Amino acid sequence: MPIDAELLASALRALTPILLAALGGALCQRAGVFNISLEGMMLVGCFSAVTGSWFTGSAWLGVLVAVAATTAFSLVLAVGSVSLKADAIVLGVAMNLLAVGLTAFLLRTVFGVQGAFSDPELKGLGAVGLPGLDDVPYVGDVLGGQSPLVYLSWVAVAVAAVFLSRHAWGLRLRGVGERPDAALSLGVSVTKYQYAAVLASGTLCGLAGAQLALGNVTLFSENMTSGRGWIAVVAVMLGRAAPVGVLLAALLFGIVEALGFRLQGQGLPQQAADAAPYLVTLVALFLSTARRRARRASAPADEHAAPQPASLG
Amino acid sequence: MTLPPSDDGARGEGARVAAKTPRPGAGTGASASAEVEMRGIVKHFPGVRANDGIDLTVAPGEIHALMGENGAGKSTLMSILYGMQRPDAGTILIGGREVSFTSPTQAIAAGLGMVHQGFKLFPSLSVTDNVVYGREPRRRGLIDRAAARRKVAELSERFGLGVDPGAPVAELPVGVRQRVEILKLLYRDARVLILDEPTAVLTPAETGALFDVLRGLAAHDRTVLIVTHKLREVMALSDNVTVLRDGRVAARLRTAATTPAEIAEAMTGRAIELDRRYPAGAIGGPVLEVTGLTVRGEGRPLVDRVSCTVRAGEVVGIAGVAGNGQTELIEALVGLRPPDGGRVTVDGRDVTDAPVAARRAAGLAYVPEDRAEVGSAPDASIGDNLAMGFHRAEPLTVRGLLRPAAVRAHARRLIGEFGVKAGDPADPVSTLSGGNHQKVILGREMAHDARLLVVEQPTRGVDIGSIQNIHARLIGYRDAGHAILLVSAELSEIIGLSDRILVMSEGRIATELDRGEADERRLGLAMAGAAEGPA
Repeated sequence: MPIDAELLASALRALTPILLAALGGALCQRAGVFNISLEGMMLVGCFSAVTGSWFTGSAWLGVLVAVAATTAFSLVLAVGSVSLKADAIVLGVAMNLLAVGLTAFLLRTVFGVQGAFSDPELKGLGAVGLPGLDDVPYVGDVLGGQSPLVYLSWVAVAVAAVFLSRHAWGLRLRGVGERPDAALSLGVSVTKYQYAAVLASGTLCGLAGAQLALGNVTLFSENMTSGRGWIAVVAVMLGRAAPVGVLLAALLFGIVEALGFRLQGQGLPQQAADAAPYLVTLVALFLSTARRRARRASAPADEHAAPQPASLG
Repeated sequence: MTLPPSDDGARGEGARVAAKTPRPGAGTGASASAEVEMRGIVKHFPGVRANDGIDLTVAPGEIHALMGENGAGKSTLMSILYGMQRPDAGTILIGGREVSFTSPTQAIAAGLGMVHQGFKLFPSLSVTDNVVYGREPRRRGLIDRAAARRKVAELSERFGLGVDPGAPVAELPVGVRQRVEILKLLYRDARVLILDEPTAVLTPAETGALFDVLRGLAAHDRTVLIVTHKLREVMALSDNVTVLRDGRVAARLRTAATTPAEIAEAMTGRAIELDRRYPAGAIGGPVLEVTGLTVRGEGRPLVDRVSCTVRAGEVVGIAGVAGNGQTELIEALVGLRPPDGGRVTVDGRDVTDAPVAARRAAGLAYVPEDRAEVGSAPDASIGDNLAMGFHRAEPLTVRGLLRPAAVRAHARRLIGEFGVKAGDPADPVSTLSGGNHQKVILGREMAHDARLLVVEQPTRGVDIGSIQNIHARLIGYRDAGHAILLVSAELSEIIGLSDRILVMSEGRIATELDRGEADERRLGLAMAGAAEGPA
């Protein structure tokens, strides 16, 4: 099967929600908050984007509503795990379950339908062209004509990469995640940076949801994220919570998803196509763990932690 | 024995002190010339008077040692000075101005800086990033790495720290990491540097290098306040000593005019025999026999064809600069690391490749270096920790079930026998002080009555009173006919306890000394590699 422009373009569409959510997850990871509620946040983003777009008649206002609602939703994780020191895993699972139930409930009360809501009047994000790029053969077919949020996600990768490595706040954020007590001893507020990271992940998941519900398709259906948030969690791990690494991991999943979709058109059972991303997830996790282990085995044993002598006085 | 605090430093002390130039404005009365002055500091905790009216005066450019045993109040006093805790009463003056800190940030702003015992560094970041963290020089919104690097290199140069600004901290040895901590303080313009047990994690060579750095800082008019309970280091480094005991000042001494024995007496409240050399034991047949033991790591052997014997009634000490194979040798002996060659027998039984349980059954007991993580389960109770190793057999286990009453009785018996100061055997073992924690592990391992006891760093981080106690117990165990293999970084401990000393260098036994031949100079030379050839 040839890797043609159409396939790559569809891969780019598929990877964008994963990428945006994974960038948020990476920021949290770097700040020392393990965020597994990306799935739930993205779903909240999907629903609020469709609601916003439907009631305002503007896809962009829909995006804005999605960002506001999802950032507010992420406050649950920030307050719970940062301020109240609750277990981020338990809290994340609860938020994911809450998001499924809450959006299904609201779908019924707000739109009066079950299962899914779509309407020809519902405004999607549509496609924008890239001036000068659209006319380049092949490249234009792949990169051009995407939703604006696709382009925004690429900008977000670059901004996040520069922020983390070159900006003072990025350095402080990484320090907070690595040794909170050390950051604190230098007068850097751990709470502040962890809040900021969690709220930023909320914002990014809002964008991810908007892209999924108003970009990739133009509708909302119950549990429509169907595991993309979990794949984003895996992308954070595979990409070692580095923006470019996360981009590569998301790219892998995007291609697999697009490929699965295409093969489905050629007679592959739908279940097999749906399972493909998760299969790749398992293989990728296995390979990356094996590689890390091999590297650790060959590394010098310098991590011989200094013994902690008894406290004095 | 209590002397007044050195009031002007010019009273005919060592040349170094006299040579210091007083700070501008110094000499206008005792309190105005002090860099740090704490008066009548009181701090209560439920049931304890941690600080009970403590006065501490430190002159500018001075190296001042704050000494005391565990629980004497040193930590509390320093955390009050550094704004981590508020005193119940008392005043603090920094550079003659009264201060009242509510956070370390304020203390830092006032010119104080602390190197904590567990370093507070970011291993994945570079030295420069670690130093400027929280106070980064910026250019056009982003961190100005070039300027940061220049500044760090300049500080490292000026104070003779010899730290590469670009190196990732994770790759630095402990001694250099400590200098990164000092750089952090200098970058923040600290005039007073407080070091909490700075040598606890250092090798003798690194300790020497640290002392040079601290002397350099004092020569640059920085004030150094070092918290420690190591007498030798205080004698070598400090100008003045304040000794705390039970929350009060037990003595203020000028280092040049005191002796280690006097300080030790002030610390413990009783006469202490320092660096005691115990008499030789009655040596019997071989218990541990090691032939050609080799442990490889990354191609190069970490332990290189080591052969040695430890006999009943004998203490064999292993000395050497850290990282010369001692750790790996012990790990291979006790079964924590598979050997790549050679043979190990305990009491005639070949245990070269045996699992740990089989070694213990053959008669091996082990007190590891890392008592918190390897030697015990820190969050488990004292009773459970004492039961470990006894848990498979009667009387603690009957028909496959642990008997809680038997576990408690076992704990109470060992706590009594070993004089562990513990409230309740149900308390987590991590609540104990270093000395008592060590007594729990030592007591448990000795209670096995194993033919061979392997002991690593038995008194690291343990206060003087407990050190003496632990040494006496080890010798008593030896005199009962057991064999002891001792690894220690404390030369005085090796010399005082050992019947024979093996010096390891690059994985080999470079030198072997008999008890009569060993003194600190010879041992130090052998460790440094300038050995006088195999004795």
